[in-house]
Amino acid sequence: MLFALLLIPIVAAIAIFLGSPSRITALAAALANIIVAAFAITQGSCSVSFQVLENPNINLSLGLYDGMSVIMLILSVLVTLAAVYSGKCPEGREKLWFSSTLLIAAGAIGAFLATDVFFFYAFHELALIPTFLMIGMLGRGDRKAAAWKITIYLATGSIILLAGLLLAMGHLDSFAFSDLKAIPAEHQNTVALLLIIGFGTLVSLFPLHSWAAPAYACAPAPVSMLHAGVLKKFGLYGILRIGMEVAPEGMAHWLPWICVLLLGNIIWVGLVTLNQKRLDLMLGNSSVMHMGYIFLAIAALAANGDNEIAKPAAVLLMFAHGISIALLFSLSAMLEEKTGTLEIAQLGGLAKKAPAFAFLFGLAGMASIGLPGLANFAGEVMVFFAGFADWSPKDGLGWVQITTIIALWGVVLSAVYMLRAFRNIFQGPLVKKTSDACDICSCDVIPAYLLSAVLLIVGIYPQLILQFL
Amino acid sequence: MQAHYIEFITVGFGLLLLMLEAFSKGNKSRLGLLAAAGLTIILILQFMVCPCAAIPEWMSRFYKYDSVALFYKVIALVSTILVLLMAVDFRKVLSRYTSGDETNSGLGEFYCLPVFACAGLMWMASANDLVSIFVALELVTITFYVMVAYMRRNVGSLEAGVKYLILGALSTGFLVYGIAWIYGAMGTTDLATITSIIKNGEFAEAKLTYLLFGIALMLIALGFKIGAAPMQLWIPDVYQGAPTPITAYLSVASKASGFLVLMLVIGPFITWSATSTQVTLILSIMAGATLLYGNLTAINQENFKRLLAYSSIAHAGFLLMGVASGDFTSVSFYLGTYLLMTFSAFFILALVRDQENSDTIDAFDGLAKRNPILAATLTITMAAMAGIPLTAGFLGKFLIFSAAIQSEASWWLIAIGFISVAAGFYYYLKVVKAMYWNAPRSEKSIQVPIITKVVLVLLTIGILVFGIWPQPIFDLLRLLN
Repeated sequence: MLFALLLIPIVAAIAIFLGSPSRITALAAALANIIVAAFAITQGSCSVSFQVLENPNINLSLGLYDGMSVIMLILSVLVTLAAVYSGKCPEGREKLWFSSTLLIAAGAIGAFLATDVFFFYAFHELALIPTFLMIGMLGRGDRKAAAWKITIYLATGSIILLAGLLLAMGHLDSFAFSDLKAIPAEHQNTVALLLIIGFGTLVSLFPLHSWAAPAYACAPAPVSMLHAGVLKKFGLYGILRIGMEVAPEGMAHWLPWICVLLLGNIIWVGLVTLNQKRLDLMLGNSSVMHMGYIFLAIAALAANGDNEIAKPAAVLLMFAHGISIALLFSLSAMLEEKTGTLEIAQLGGLAKKAPAFAFLFGLAGMASIGLPGLANFAGEVMVFFAGFADWSPKDGLGWVQITTIIALWGVVLSAVYMLRAFRNIFQGPLVKKTSDACDICSCDVIPAYLLSAVLLIVGIYPQLILQFL
Repeated sequence: MQAHYIEFITVGFGLLLLMLEAFSKGNKSRLGLLAAAGLTIILILQFMVCPCAAIPEWMSRFYKYDSVALFYKVIALVSTILVLLMAVDFRKVLSRYTSGDETNSGLGEFYCLPVFACAGLMWMASANDLVSIFVALELVTITFYVMVAYMRRNVGSLEAGVKYLILGALSTGFLVYGIAWIYGAMGTTDLATITSIIKNGEFAEAKLTYLLFGIALMLIALGFKIGAAPMQLWIPDVYQGAPTPITAYLSVASKASGFLVLMLVIGPFITWSATSTQVTLILSIMAGATLLYGNLTAINQENFKRLLAYSSIAHAGFLLMGVASGDFTSVSFYLGTYLLMTFSAFFILALVRDQENSDTIDAFDGLAKRNPILAATLTITMAAMAGIPLTAGFLGKFLIFSAAIQSEASWWLIAIGFISVAAGFYYYLKVVKAMYWNAPRSEKSIQVPIITKVVLVLLTIGILVFGIWPQPIFDLLRLLN
């Protein structure tokens, strides 16, 4: 059944390429995937394995390895449905648009379902070429430069990651997740460094983040939704799943560096976000910034392997951020469709013309800055708790505690840019661009309602997600 | 049936084709199909050889038959069949530069010569002795001299022929000289005896310098064949000038046989403590230089055929890295996957060359609009060449890198390898970019002849299937054990 999750989008992409009606097929595939995923999760374990190579022992094995995989799978299928629904495809390019979207989704689903390091790595790269083509052909703005930049960054990051994985695998019995264990201490620092740089590039860890914002701004909506919402979580998932297992001491060794870099994400990129004049660039940068909080949870875990809050905090925030950023990118694509611009200064008063749209955007924005009652809040609070878990005043402030205290100011930064953007776009007098905009019709925003509902429900009752861990 | 009969059958078949060519009139491209069909039958016969049948004594001195030999014979046969099929669809360009018209009347020998080269390649796969290696290599190389310069009304082809002839002759000189030194140091040219001398510690230490000198000369000569730096300079010009099917042949079969000989000759010395340090170091330096040269110069290329030439140098670098790590199985696997993706690229290049009359990357502009399936095929091929996962190309690189890391090869070599892969992404994706982002040069859709279509479908399926399930290739490598 898990093979079906992977095959449905791939087969649908091929069918679209060969001429089946694009939008219908893609939507059907995304819906089918949600149903199959729900079935697979409620049915419990149904892992499959198929040996593809004897020596070295590589298996194509898929399974819901633990709660983290389950949560990431839920995130992937939800965002896939929303992504297929979102954005406006240029006339005549439907084949490329929908088949690429599905292939990117298949890559993400495959990576989160794999229970073997080889295929975990391999599936992630499935998204590389479709992303390159989508941004380069159907993007906007300086799309060609952005497409090259994201592709070269991600490919190089993956290569460094591969070096780290190969180095670690030399000391392990097999590539299976269940065989992952700490490697000899003298190799841990090198492996941890390579994994941090490799996964870090994929997650846009400061200072390897500069590909993310322009790529998301130039990409068509489905690509930025899937990339910022789902694929970027691959790196975090990888560090939690592999880095922490094979090189716990190595991660602890690099802790000061992780702390400084994640503050780079939160404070530096936060200030950069504050300065953005375009909504899409602002969202792109904000997604880079929020990666810092998740890295904070990882730092807390690296500092103290017994920290029980850190991992749930990271996973919950990964989920919440994925949903909220996908929702924001979807809405910003709608905004551009309505008004023809994303320059914040050229917009205003839209709430009078499109109240429902303003409400949804407000909800997503509030979620992303961590308003209580929405999913991100639960995640962020847990991250900050994780920073101080098992800490008593007589220990003095360690790296993680100091970082946590500084990182708290990031919340203020997000509040400033998000509220300012909301005010400029939706409040005040109507301007030329917004005066003839109409409100959203309900059929357009079904996926937006779906994602908002998830944010709200998980925000009120985070245990719904955390129960899987 | 005994194993060496197959080579006799192949040579006999080649002679028969030459006779037929002399007496046949009209469309010579049928000869190409006949040759391909004949070689397909020989390929089937090859699997019917009884590995247990003893090879007679007069032959066994020069000839062995094992799984590795079988594997490289299959590579030789498959690539020759593909070359012949490509040449059939490429006949328009060929006849323009041979007979000067479109009658195909000057093409007869073009379909016979690959059969002789194939016999040489198959013989080399079984060679057991430095002398038989040399003879087989010469059969291949001399045939290639003719084939490279076959388009005699094309200056590029003639220039390529002359360059290949001069440098090939020079490398032959090095090879013979190296064999002589090794014979002087070891007292034998038989590889099995050399191995046993090393194993039993019967080697006189005083002769070590002579032996190392001989190995170095052999490495220079083989460096020419496989296109390893610093003996790679002929590759871009010869590859660009030669007829496209022959370029593909050079880049796959000639390279594969070069690597096979390298592994046969170097094999005993790479594990022997007296020589392993020096041999590994030289191989590592060659690998690093080849990787850097191939990948960095490829970045600037505007001509697709020349790009493929530099890419073939780059692949030679990865393969040499595998040889330096001593993992010959991974090298063989890489060569098998390299066959699939290189032929796929050259089939598409030959097709575009035929219809657009141009080899440049511009000729591929907007191919996605003119023939989306062809563009998708080339995208998969380029992804495989760049080593993107879920294609066969990734597994080859993956295995070579894991061998290098596990054999504790020099860290700088591994680092250069990873940098090269990253550079590779850029220039292979440049072709993908041209096909999808750029506007087409004309709206005319590109027609794919039936042979090319079938071959491309098979090759693409191979690239994808072996990318996920590589076990069959490894099984073939162990079939007779």
